[in-house]
Amino acid sequence: MSVPGDWYLVLAAVLFGIGAAGLVVRRNILVMYMCIELMLNAVNLTFVTFSRMLDDLGGQDAVFFVLVVAAAEVVVGLGIIVAIYRRRAGATADDVNSLKG
Amino acid sequence: MNLFAATGLAVASAWAVYGVGAALILAGAAAVVGLRNPVHCALGLVSTIFGTALLFIDQGAYFLAAVQVIVYAGAIVILFLFVIMLLGVDKKEPRSAGTFASLGPVAAGLGIVAVVELLVLARVHYWATGAKSTTAALSGPGADVQKLGQSIFTGYLLPFEMTSALLVIAVVAAVALVRRGSGAPPQAPPKKAPATLRPPAKAPEAPAPGRAGAEPAGEKTRVAG
Repeated sequence: MSVPGDWYLVLAAVLFGIGAAGLVVRRNILVMYMCIELMLNAVNLTFVTFSRMLDDLGGQDAVFFVLVVAAAEVVVGLGIIVAIYRRRAGATADDVNSLKG
Repeated sequence: MNLFAATGLAVASAWAVYGVGAALILAGAAAVVGLRNPVHCALGLVSTIFGTALLFIDQGAYFLAAVQVIVYAGAIVILFLFVIMLLGVDKKEPRSAGTFASLGPVAAGLGIVAVVELLVLARVHYWATGAKSTTAALSGPGADVQKLGQSIFTGYLLPFEMTSALLVIAVVAAVALVRRGSGAPPQAPPKKAPATLRPPAKAPEAPAPGRAGAEPAGEKTRVAG
């Protein structure tokens, strides 16, 4: 017995929306990365929910690969952030505009 | 009568599990977006991850719930905290929404409308319109881990190998990004402490107050020499 899948999908949509809003609103680069993780979590929840609703293992396989890619993304992203902070301490996303035309 | 009470209890407990998971997820997400201190944001992310893992268990994805906690809470959030402490950015961010300050009420209104629409849709429509799986059935025989492992190591073997290549590339990239200098011999034993804060040769425009000139000493001296 479990709650109908609709509720999980609505929850995942709300979580994705919160993550996207935070990505736009926040200026701290690290916190923006955490908001990306929120969105990835929302997508994972959607995959698992559809996996249960359709009785298909493919959704759980997708979550497995999303986890691996998220780990690799965080490693490279935090490396970039460390490199940026070495150049300019206390930089926010607004300060990293060297490529602005 | 007894059966009815038992099913009622099952329904109530299912909703209780869902409610606890949803509360953890939403409170954590609100903390990540709303709090000013990055350390508190990381702790909010942990709350969201645990809530998601709880809902994974609720839906029978036991292995993924364990991996979620181990990889996300155990590795990724710790990496975030490590970088926060390493860079010393655990200061409060000034509260300024910048360009989007005036759009806040509009965005909140649209968000509420969207959530209400979703809830209405959930009542009057079907979300999953596809056919149920016949080949890789989740409800087949065997444990969750066994079926997932068989699926990944047979049907998804090539993507699995590609993720291993991706992880190796990510490790090499992280080392290459964070290393100072390229192939230069290690510096002579420094007279000063190696990570001394000294003012940079060229002052960057608008240095942050209090942390101005936090440029690593080694790089500058090598460029100058």
